[in-house]
Amino acid sequence: MDIIIVGCGKVGEVLAAELNEEGNNITVVDEVAEKVKHIATKYDIMGVIGNGATHRVQKEAGVGSADLLIAVTGSDELNLLCCLMAKKSGKCQAIARIKNPDYAKDAAYLRDELGLAMVINPEQAAAEEITRILKFPSALKVETFSRGRVELMTFRLPENSTLVGQTLRDAMIKLKSNVLVCTVERADGAHIPKGDFTFAERDIVSIIASPRSASDFLTKINYKSEPIRNVSIIGGGSITHYLCELLGKAGIKARIIEKDVEVCNELATKFGDVSVICGDPTDEDVLREERVSASDAFVALTSIDEENILLSLFAKNQGNRKVITKINRIEYDDVISKLDLDSIIYPKHLTANTIVRYVRSNQNTLGSNMVTLYNLNRGEVEVAEFSIGENSPVTGVPLSKLCFKSDVLVGAIIRGRQMIVPRGSAIILPGDSVVTVTKNLSPRDISDILDEVL
Amino acid sequence: MNYSMIKYTLGWLLMFMGVFFTVPLITAAIYWEPAFFSFLIMIAISVGLGLLMTLKKPKNSTLYAKEGFVIVSASWILLSLFGALAFILSGATTSFVDALFESASGFTTTGASIFGDVESLPRSVLMWRSFSHWIGGMGVLVFIMAFLPLSGGQNMHIMRAESPGPEVSKLVPRVKKTALILYVIYFMLTFIMFALLLFFDMDVFEAINTAFSTAGTGGFGFRNDSCASFTAAQQIVITVFMLLFSINFNSYYLVLRLKFKDALNSEVRAFLLIVAVAVGIITADLWINLTTEFDSVWEALRHAAFTVSSLISTTGFSTVDFNLWPALSQTMLVIVMFIGACAGSTGGGIKVSRILILFKGMSRELRTIVHPRQVKKITIDGKPVDREVTRSVNAYITTFIVVFTLSLLAISFEEKDLITNFTAVTATINNVGPGLGGVGPTSNFADFTAFSKLVFTFDMLAGRLELFPMLILFSPSTYKRT
Repeated sequence: MDIIIVGCGKVGEVLAAELNEEGNNITVVDEVAEKVKHIATKYDIMGVIGNGATHRVQKEAGVGSADLLIAVTGSDELNLLCCLMAKKSGKCQAIARIKNPDYAKDAAYLRDELGLAMVINPEQAAAEEITRILKFPSALKVETFSRGRVELMTFRLPENSTLVGQTLRDAMIKLKSNVLVCTVERADGAHIPKGDFTFAERDIVSIIASPRSASDFLTKINYKSEPIRNVSIIGGGSITHYLCELLGKAGIKARIIEKDVEVCNELATKFGDVSVICGDPTDEDVLREERVSASDAFVALTSIDEENILLSLFAKNQGNRKVITKINRIEYDDVISKLDLDSIIYPKHLTANTIVRYVRSNQNTLGSNMVTLYNLNRGEVEVAEFSIGENSPVTGVPLSKLCFKSDVLVGAIIRGRQMIVPRGSAIILPGDSVVTVTKNLSPRDISDILDEVL
Repeated sequence: MNYSMIKYTLGWLLMFMGVFFTVPLITAAIYWEPAFFSFLIMIAISVGLGLLMTLKKPKNSTLYAKEGFVIVSASWILLSLFGALAFILSGATTSFVDALFESASGFTTTGASIFGDVESLPRSVLMWRSFSHWIGGMGVLVFIMAFLPLSGGQNMHIMRAESPGPEVSKLVPRVKKTALILYVIYFMLTFIMFALLLFFDMDVFEAINTAFSTAGTGGFGFRNDSCASFTAAQQIVITVFMLLFSINFNSYYLVLRLKFKDALNSEVRAFLLIVAVAVGIITADLWINLTTEFDSVWEALRHAAFTVSSLISTTGFSTVDFNLWPALSQTMLVIVMFIGACAGSTGGGIKVSRILILFKGMSRELRTIVHPRQVKKITIDGKPVDREVTRSVNAYITTFIVVFTLSLLAISFEEKDLITNFTAVTATINNVGPGLGGVGPTSNFADFTAFSKLVFTFDMLAGRLELFPMLILFSPSTYKRT
């Protein structure tokens, strides 16, 4: 695909790098010559210097033949204008990054009426990710497919679990749960379990399910997932705004510590059930006085990375069960990952990944139709989501009649808003999304999972 | 410094070198010349050595600007060395310095020769000389990039170091595809020229040689009198194509995309204007002061146009001995040798775009003296020129003068006259070929000592790679760890 990226900030750079890696032709646009030059030298892409919202610059960047324009400058208005200009002058689709909550509320209108392909709000995406982590605090990892309709959850099987010692077939009949066990990892490596597979203590199990079935399943197998009931949030930025809304819905009590009185007032007015504390969160006395260590979870969301890291280390030391750290800059991530932090949120990565996922799903007319890709068990197992085109060889035939390669599992079929747990009789239709689980095989197209000899 | 990656890239270069040698090999097979075996040996050596060097793909393939410069200059030296080996094996010369000079002159598209009697050389060697022009014209590494799966944006460092001109712009997002487009245009133009020469009754071997030599703006001929014995029609074809090959290739891409207005940018316009003015002045000068030599004003015009195109494109073909021309004409010719072709073409010289930026910078400086508070930006085609670019152009000119002066001093111990020495350095550093006086179109560089020939070899390589890559290769700070 020919893609124009307006805005060469961090998000723009991650997008350029990832989309270029996947074989797209990238042109970046920014007003600052240094930024354009930096990116255009680092990656094999073209750079255009100028205001990306003007027709002249867009034409120079090749909007006439481009398939997609992504506007990720720091300004919402500029991003929207870029997209509108591009929609008018070319046949390309447009994606805008919108930060301001006022505009973000119009996301649906922007999509439907102005014809934008996607409106992405990094802060909201970050808040959603944080909520997801807080809902399943003890899961090792939670990943999502199809806008969170399907989850891929990894956790360690507790010792007193009802699953231990049972075969997969018996367990599924007994539990009557709508989940699919996709991998089990133990000392001898990763397995894609068959019906006669027997669970053991301390297995690391990954399941695919809708969020509701997942929590239902966890309860049934005696998984002691003590829910997070209250959380301390440091900093009152826009992520905090979105997070308060989401936490309210999830029934988690929030407490915010923020320095700025104005911001505190605004938050207190907006969210009546949230306790807002006005004080300097970097002051240890404030944290001790407010007994931050007593809350189940601790989320550091100030605008300064160093502060967030420091506060998180403090909280970890104080014995908070779950600590989440927001980090803005993408560099030095390998150093940060070595620190003793629980979960780290990179809003800019989230934004870029969401867009990359969208681009992938739009390439389905040609060859690759992969939407999402996750690695499990240190890359041994791949879980991928494919969108199914009209002429795909997997459609219209019951799964039991399809001839799959070994170590291939169809993990879920997503039709519209509904997730179907695939049984032998299930049929894949065009337009569905399919989640596949594969071991030692890297499918880039859904047909790759079928055995050649039919 | 990523040495393993440099070694790996040079290994690939040698493999391609083996492919390049097949052209003279085939020629030798057709005319059944003994040089066949020497080219066969050259293929074996270069492919063998190349295979050895590319056996292990380096784990770390990161290239920074420094490595890009070193790869490019080391590649060109390696090319020249292997090309020289071919001259020695085929028995064309016994002196290694002579062979190195000839080979570097070929790849850098200079066209200065140490052979007095080229007609006695085997045809395969003549073909190798012309073909090395064709390879060197567009750039060897650009060629390799067009066909090799070398990954990553770091290729840009290589392209920047090898392509002529103050700024390198890509035509399409990917370096690889840009290189491919450039080579397709290059190939098409060469082929059209070859077809036209055939149409005007040139035999196939001579047409191929002339097309290769002109396309690279090189200037190696296969007759002792260069192009003097060609028909007028053939000379006109060569004139037109010498000019075409000295225009920025990006313009041809824009023409293909039907953007004629963008294609005729200010550099191309300035180039054509300089050519027109130079041709006009020289024609008038010749017609007034050398009336007896030419039958009509048209003949004077034809020779003036050929010579100006030949020297501004830095090809170096000749139809008449311009050593005998009046001083005004000779001065004009030396000036256009310095100006050179457009950036992004196969020609050498300082490049028209640099001259443009220099002049605009000069006029700005003059204005700021008159109006000290005036803020004025240098623009080209309506776009502001980056400060970085004007700075690098100034640095380039300074370096050019330094290298030029030191080279002139270095070769002056031989007690030749100043015109010979001055134009010899001019002709090599600008990749022109012939100069005036002792290195005029009817003479050659054979008379110089081995030391001077090495100085010229350095000048040719430095001139083709636009000075900095060669200077970086020989600068100790490049290899320091910190």
